[in-house]
Amino acid sequence: MTEAPLEAPIETFPIHKDTGPNLQARKLPPHRIVLILIGLALVASAAYFMRWEWLPNYGGLILQGLWRTIWILCVTVFLGFLLAVPLGLAQASGPAIVAIPARWFCTVIRGTPLLVQLWLLYYGLGSLFPQYPWIRGSELWPYLRQAWPYAVLALTLSYAGYEGEVMRGAFAGVPKGQLESARAFGMPRFTIFRRIWLPQAIHRALPTLAGEAVLQLKSTPLVATITVVDLYSVASRVRQDTFLTYEPLLLLAAGYLVITGVIVFLFRRVERLIPSKLG
Amino acid sequence: MADASIIPAGITGMFDLLSPVAPGWGANLLRGLVRSLQIALGAFGMGLMIGTLGAYGKLYGGPIVRDLAAIYTTLVRAIPELVMILLLYYAGTDLINRILEGMGYQRVDISGLVAGIVVLGFVQGAYATEVLRGAIKAIPQGEIEAARAYGMSPVLMMRRITLPAMLPHALPGLANLWLISTKDTALLAVVGFSELTLETRQAAGATKAYMTFYLAAGALYLFVTLFSNVILEWVEKRARRGMPSVREAH
Repeated sequence: MTEAPLEAPIETFPIHKDTGPNLQARKLPPHRIVLILIGLALVASAAYFMRWEWLPNYGGLILQGLWRTIWILCVTVFLGFLLAVPLGLAQASGPAIVAIPARWFCTVIRGTPLLVQLWLLYYGLGSLFPQYPWIRGSELWPYLRQAWPYAVLALTLSYAGYEGEVMRGAFAGVPKGQLESARAFGMPRFTIFRRIWLPQAIHRALPTLAGEAVLQLKSTPLVATITVVDLYSVASRVRQDTFLTYEPLLLLAAGYLVITGVIVFLFRRVERLIPSKLG
Repeated sequence: MADASIIPAGITGMFDLLSPVAPGWGANLLRGLVRSLQIALGAFGMGLMIGTLGAYGKLYGGPIVRDLAAIYTTLVRAIPELVMILLLYYAGTDLINRILEGMGYQRVDISGLVAGIVVLGFVQGAYATEVLRGAIKAIPQGEIEAARAYGMSPVLMMRRITLPAMLPHALPGLANLWLISTKDTALLAVVGFSELTLETRQAAGATKAYMTFYLAAGALYLFVTLFSNVILEWVEKRARRGMPSVREAH
């Protein structure tokens, strides 16, 4: 049971294919030119035949939703990663008293749908809090009455659960000799962690981290179900107001495609910054 | 409202709410669970079929088939499942009805079960394509060459050599996909299909015992996952029998 991959985060985005300079040098084969032309024709006909006159009215709202989606994505990936490091470390080399709860946390998070986690926090916790007068009187109450703290909490925990498993593998995968030689240098334990263990683990986990970031982006629309106004909920509102079926959804899909492309591009840049040599 | 409703009601109150007989909502949850599992199974099966076609297309297809398969997997894996579900659920049923009306037929009501299976199966297919493609590539080249040298027809080769030989390589990825499939059924709650999550929401809304019901639903999903893990581990062990262990010594 210890090594059982519950849902190993292997379905990464193909960031890793080495599409270096030889891709640009290669000429486009003719069938691909035809496919591109067909694609352009589809986009052009969508722009021409479909109804887009609602677009200017909702421009501000769309930008606001886009901003909130990106904001939630960045915050939860950052916080989730901070949480995933101790989770991974506890499972990789901690004593049983921290390893077992960490493993259980990851199992529970990865074994239940995010939607249920989100609704459990928002409706469940949200209905418990008002019963306690000291919570209602506290400084945090104005925040606890809004939806976004629950969205951020649920997405952070979810990311930490999946990423904790990745970091466990990454920490365990750093060669023992590296840590032993650091110890032989007389480095204190925390310095070993900061200078040797963590950087190498992150380097190992980076491709998976990028894939997980894309998966996290794909989870963000769920927050619309607890009334957080993100990109998805803006599109739902347009659909309700204008009775259009296709247009808002197509625009929404295109928006997520672009954000995915940006994430993949950014992670590829970061990965290139780290010098690596195949052993 | 003060303290009688949710936690202080205690364990007995909780079990009353969850009991499968009339005043309790347990039967609704279990019915939802069965529907969730039906959809998950259907979607997983459909994903396997699409995935096999897609993997063969990506590996052995012509340049156009290969590009189309690449577009399919890239698009589906980059667009959120929820958006895909909405696109295929609403736009898909709308499109089918428009086509039927254009051809002079009656409008049809597409059942939620079928729509859910098709929509999730379409999404699963993209991931399954990648899993199966990698697994087929992991088969030693000589085995396929030997089959070809024997003069096996492509279909016979697929049935006798490729599919059985790739199975051990594909199983970890497919196990993943099955678990994703069971959890993705929860998304159908958003389009109003009454599977486990939506049944839970209705029960929680009616009784105001949100904590109890969402915890119960979480426990059911977790049980499905853990139970699947046991089965999948056994299947994997059986499929790998006689092969060297691939579990790297971390």
